Amino acid sequence: MHETALIAEVLKTVRQSALENNLPKVTKIKLAIGKLSMALPEALIFAFQVLKKGTICEEAELEIESKEIILQCLDCTQEFRSQDYNFSCPFCARSRIKIIQGRELHIISFEGEENELGSNCGSTLIKSQ
Amino acid sequence: MNLEVIVAQPLLKANEELAGQNRNRLNRGGITTVNLISAPGAGKTTLLEKTIGALKNLFSIGIVEGDIYTTFDSERLAGQGVAVVQINTYGGCHLDAQMVAQALERLPLAKLKLLFIENVGNLVCPAEFDLGENCKVAILSVSEGSDKPKKYPLVFQEAEAVILNKIDLLPYTDFDLAAAKEQLKEIKNNLVIFPLSAKTGEGMEAWVEWLKDKVSQTEKSSATG
Repeated sequence: MHETALIAEVLKTVRQSALENNLPKVTKIKLAIGKLSMALPEALIFAFQVLKKGTICEEAELEIESKEIILQCLDCTQEFRSQDYNFSCPFCARSRIKIIQGRELHIISFEGEENELGSNCGSTLIKSQ
Repeated sequence: MNLEVIVAQPLLKANEELAGQNRNRLNRGGITTVNLISAPGAGKTTLLEKTIGALKNLFSIGIVEGDIYTTFDSERLAGQGVAVVQINTYGGCHLDAQMVAQALERLPLAKLKLLFIENVGNLVCPAEFDLGENCKVAILSVSEGSDKPKKYPLVFQEAEAVILNKIDLLPYTDFDLAAAKEQLKEIKNNLVIFPLSAKTGEGMEAWVEWLKDKVSQTEKSSATG
């Protein structure tokens, strides 16, 4: 339901980072979205199509990496995948758990085209922050 | 030339930072903050009215009242003689830490011991946004059906306590109290569950006592820390 607000935040963060890295055009954005987060990939893509217009991300594609729910039992310390949003430990049947993976709402990275002046071909990795 | 920039940043980073600031501010003031989350019509405001009635003579209470539009709820609560600040999100489906930070500016924090944040009626998005509270409390009313914990697991996983409200309606619904409790325990074993009716007062005592404990715990930790 709040996917539009999330995408607005993505566009803001990517714009700032793209400008800092001298990339006037963004071609791809990669997000990690956990299955336990309440954001729907379809709604994120829809919001992205609408909100990217008129921004430096206008021609960018959105890639979403969906993250399975991985939990750790705090009683027996076993790690397990949650099936069907069941949080009970399959090993000891309790449900005092820690979420290892599945809560993600992360921007992993983005790709952009440098100013024409950039000469070397190929892809370079820049670490931001 | 094509470049890949690694961002590795939470989408809600800005919110998390602001929530941290709110939390520090509230903790320094020794204020217990409870973020109340439920679907529309689960009875958050009635529960608050009754809770305030039971506690307002013991300590000073503040309310941040979140609604999409209207000030109906804050008007109801202002009549209780507590400090109320209204936030209207104008379409927004949840409160965020920035809105709460602004609301805190308008509350007499030096006097408060307990602060309730009544989130926008919605079981989905509010679960995702940290506001700087000490704990989230989810409210589920029996007229909503006992399958809701499994349908909206995140909010119940994030909550420290769950109120099963409107138990006076149990005879008129097919809500299965035992099944709902079991589902909740499957999501989080150590959830504190309060079946109650804010309307009739049944079961309110355990919830009120729990809040009193929370307030004295916060007082102790702010005195020592």
